[in-house]
Amino acid sequence: MIALRRALFGDPLNAALSLLILAVLALTLPSLVDWALLKARFAPDVAACEALEHSGACWGVVTEKARFIVLGRYPAEQGWRPALAAGLIAGSWVAAALGWLRGRALIAALTVLPLLALPLLAGGFAGLDAVPTELWGGLPLTLLLTGLGMAGALPLGIAVAYGRRAPLPLLRGLLTAYVELARGIPLVAALFVASFLLPLFFPGDLAPDMLWRVLIAIVLFAAAYLSEIIRGGLQAFPEGQRSAAAALGFSPWQIQRWIVLPQVLRHVAPSLTNSAIALFKDTSLVTIVSLYELTGALGLALSGDAQWRPFYLEAWLFIAAIYWLGCALLARISQRLTQA
Amino acid sequence: MKHPARLAWQALLLVALLALGGLLVATTAGHLQERGIRSGFDFLLEPAGFALGESLLPFESGDSTLRAFAAGLLNTLRVALPGALLAVVVGVVVGFGRLGDNPLVRALAGVFVNGVRNVPLLLHLLAWYFILTDLLPAADAALRLAPGVFLSKSGLALPWWGEAGWELPEPAGFSIDGGARLTPEYLALLIGLSTYSAAYIAETLRGAVQALPPGQRLSALALGMTPRQAFVLVLLPQAWRAALPPVTSQLLNLFKNASLAVAIGYPDLVSVAGTSLNQTGRAIECLLIVIGVYLLLSLLAAALSHRLERRSLRGMAP
Repeated sequence: MIALRRALFGDPLNAALSLLILAVLALTLPSLVDWALLKARFAPDVAACEALEHSGACWGVVTEKARFIVLGRYPAEQGWRPALAAGLIAGSWVAAALGWLRGRALIAALTVLPLLALPLLAGGFAGLDAVPTELWGGLPLTLLLTGLGMAGALPLGIAVAYGRRAPLPLLRGLLTAYVELARGIPLVAALFVASFLLPLFFPGDLAPDMLWRVLIAIVLFAAAYLSEIIRGGLQAFPEGQRSAAAALGFSPWQIQRWIVLPQVLRHVAPSLTNSAIALFKDTSLVTIVSLYELTGALGLALSGDAQWRPFYLEAWLFIAAIYWLGCALLARISQRLTQA
Repeated sequence: MKHPARLAWQALLLVALLALGGLLVATTAGHLQERGIRSGFDFLLEPAGFALGESLLPFESGDSTLRAFAAGLLNTLRVALPGALLAVVVGVVVGFGRLGDNPLVRALAGVFVNGVRNVPLLLHLLAWYFILTDLLPAADAALRLAPGVFLSKSGLALPWWGEAGWELPEPAGFSIDGGARLTPEYLALLIGLSTYSAAYIAETLRGAVQALPPGQRLSALALGMTPRQAFVLVLLPQAWRAALPPVTSQLLNLFKNASLAVAIGYPDLVSVAGTSLNQTGRAIECLLIVIGVYLLLSLLAAALSHRLERRSLRGMAP
């Protein structure tokens, strides 16, 4: 108690700061609680919400629009498919964060489950209706872009990192140019390239849907960042271990596969998860090229609806909470990986 | 690998690349011909045919496309440079708050950092844009923040040099006259970018200070310094050197993130390129300009930060 008093009011500067913060909290906290809980409306009743005149939160907008925001424009009667797809990917994150999955099982779950979600969303087999990719949206799309993006970018990033250490100057130069290019431009520019330029590179009408083009851009973009992380790990790897393994008769390939790469990947795992968090947040940008993931679905749900649009902030808080949870989950995985 | 094998591999790589490149060029040319799109940069000198929401460089739709790109680049810099300054100031304050001994300040700074970093920047921008355009009063009921400073749906009015010298904005019916005006798009982007980067800079600074060996602080205290002196004179100068490269990279991110302007309708370089691309169909040229400008500025920033690092290391043992 004495320690706390000294920490809060020990010297004039601290005392002034503490008093200021306490005063602001005392002024804002009650009205915040009032707004968010006591005066808030939870039923999807526009008239009741309008009567509040923003003196209380209208959580009814979430009740009303949650389904559309979370699942996007996916056909309503097939809603279980995107829900299950999101559940598969989010489930693998939760399992990893809780430490139920380790080592190879973890990597398998994080890469295979997004791949399983694909046919589930696409359909067209076993009595499932085919659903075009334009209609995919909301949380499943956010998770799919993150999951597939990482699953594609990690192997590519590893390959690029090794390629930049190969004794082939031409290859090294090309890969360096690619990495610097991808890291030098904003993701928005890369998405514009995916949207407007990639179709020109495919013969005839063979250009894939926007979703796949965006995924190509995301994988190439993320792989450049991942390759730099892995390259750093490879450079920091102690030379002695390599020589020791070679002395034991390991082939160069075996040395990389069994000695170097496992340790390097474990060592840089926190940086890799940081990249996954960045990618998870960056998937929100695909709304700029008309793919309606979580952020895009929020805009889609409210921008055309004059009745509910005034309660944008409440719906925004709902989405922000989802992103916040996702980031917290991924950060938890990062902690688990460093402990292991 | 033996030398001839190396050469052979590289020759193979070169052939494969040339083949792929040729194929791409041929396919692209075919598509362009089929859609009747000419290529080349001549469109830059033709009238743009679109107006910009705002620009420092006076611009009208009859001006050349090149001028539109220049206005876009200037708009990017107009938001990125003050944004970077704000981000560093706020980041340093919050970072120190997180390192300080006052638990209230520490908690508040922690809430700011974690709250801001775990939500995508685009969502920040959308929220600020909504607050600035929907929740604020209209211009005829503008909030008066200080003499001559008004905040309303139509932006922030500030005292500025006008035709008649120093002007104070005055409410005039349904608008506010005089002084300078910052649009809601600009303000949303400036606030969103700088707070987002500030949270990252604060975290970087905290990490840099906490990564210092604990002996540094203890020996400073043993020499009779107060905790604050130890922090300012011993810890900070060392932490600053460690934090410089990641902070520059954060500022470079801020500059790249300014391209999110396109989502809230601020005419930065990327959104000018997008508009021009839709207007002329010259996708390759427009995107090449964007990529070229960003690469050039990234290189420039890298060179600058390299010099800064060398300067800050001067006089240090290697």
